[in-house]
Amino acid sequence: MAPAITDLEQLKGHPAIARLLQWNSAAVQGAKFDHDEMSIYVERSFIREACALLRDDPGCPFNYLSDVTCVDWFPSEPRFEVVYHLLSISKRERVRLKVRLDGDSPALESVTPIWPGANFFEREVFDLFGVRFTGHPYLRRIQMPENWEGHPLRKDYPVEGYR
Amino acid sequence: MILNMGPQHPSTHGVLRVILEIDGENVVRIMPDIGYLHTGIEKTCEAKFYQQVVPLTDRIDYLCPMTNNLCYVLAVEKLLGLELPPKAQWLRVLMNELTRINSHLVWLGTHAMDIGALTVFLYCFREREDILRLFEAVSGQRMMTSYFRVGGVALEPPLGFFDRVREFIGRFPSKVDEYENLLTGNPIWLMRTKGVAQISAEDAIALGASGPTLRGSGVDFDLRRDMPYSGYDNFEFNVPVAQEGDVFARYICRVRELRESAKIVQQALDGMPEGPIKADAPKVVLPDREKMKTQMEALIYHFKIITEGFAVPAGEVYQAVESPRGEMGYYVVSDGTAKPYRVHMRAACLANLQLLQKMCEGKLIADVVAAIGSIDIVLGEIDR
Repeated sequence: MAPAITDLEQLKGHPAIARLLQWNSAAVQGAKFDHDEMSIYVERSFIREACALLRDDPGCPFNYLSDVTCVDWFPSEPRFEVVYHLLSISKRERVRLKVRLDGDSPALESVTPIWPGANFFEREVFDLFGVRFTGHPYLRRIQMPENWEGHPLRKDYPVEGYR
Repeated sequence: MILNMGPQHPSTHGVLRVILEIDGENVVRIMPDIGYLHTGIEKTCEAKFYQQVVPLTDRIDYLCPMTNNLCYVLAVEKLLGLELPPKAQWLRVLMNELTRINSHLVWLGTHAMDIGALTVFLYCFREREDILRLFEAVSGQRMMTSYFRVGGVALEPPLGFFDRVREFIGRFPSKVDEYENLLTGNPIWLMRTKGVAQISAEDAIALGASGPTLRGSGVDFDLRRDMPYSGYDNFEFNVPVAQEGDVFARYICRVRELRESAKIVQQALDGMPEGPIKADAPKVVLPDREKMKTQMEALIYHFKIITEGFAVPAGEVYQAVESPRGEMGYYVVSDGTAKPYRVHMRAACLANLQLLQKMCEGKLIADVVAAIGSIDIVLGEIDR
């Protein structure tokens, strides 16, 4: 099994990274190529534009949003890592974008203007982790009941629950 | 008037609540409300060993349990860097395609029943009964088989199993002809499904649809052929695509997929290689029971795997497979211990359900029933 490559210099050739670096080198905080999968760490304020750029890139258009999810790294900071999985249907390429957020009142711009299909996925991340998405058309709880308190998938929420 | 369709409703295929704002028979606004089947499976996975998560994955999309198993074990095997023997891969493809036939039979039966063709339901479940008996022969369980394990499959198929599959697949295409005789040329079916709940390819891609829901709108993309996994590149099959994007197009795609899956099963039977059914990784894969009873090392490995699990190197993997409903993905994050740090299931139906608004606003209530059936939702996957 080949070890992971985390050096941005070595990974600059990948179409997604090349496109993002060409636009704004401050947006890319780092990258990792592991198990044949490319992960790019994107700076929080640039995520919506980065997604729009990758969707419309003529060379390798990542026009399909597979998934939006989140990982809670409590107790280390930055606590939340929102993960976007993009797929280019024509080029059969996948890329993973990761945004790191701090634990107190995590908020991020919604990508629903770019892919309307992010709607339910972002609602689920909000419901289960508490990450707010600004600009989302209907940010309400989706899995848990409307009046639930707490965010169940956080690491400080017990597996047995509170009921 | 605002009406609730569900959560207890025979046509919503599970506990789906659809809030309809209607004006006479026309739907003005439609909003699905989910979460009635949410059981916190993703949270539970973080408290179990990697091999203990496999039975949980069965219950997510309960109509295609082996596809869930396959996606999860492929993800963990990628993290571990395991190489599988060819017989394990071919067995997995065989069982996966039987599962696809199983799932499409349920879809066809319930979708036709919603629209009013009650006979098709019983015909489909007659074939499904044969497949469930095959699953019971190979794993002991009809539905929640947990047959795939990290590193291979759980057990060798019993003697005579492949002959039974061959006999079933031999008569299956004539059964698909029976279903098509009842529906495809039927004027009532055509009136209920042609032109109903249409969605364009751009809308479907933007909303994240996948599987037959996407292929019914003309997008030729199938993960088995275009990003193959588990040895699918050894098989020859066509991917049915339709252009119109309505309920009838999606129906045609899935019915043709039944025939293509039968072809794949036939190829798997004809070319089944010999060899072990589990990878050669004593720390991960349980040893053979006879060896466990007679050799000390095998007993120790067995004990350690069961009581302590196996540590998976830190990392993350997103593995996607083509489930009968679309792109099912498992995002597994490992922190180096024996329990996964995060397991996220990308449910194909959660994204497909978002199409409902585009498909049904401005149409009749009866078309909502046809649309929900044509998207083929399974609430276990949506809610987890």
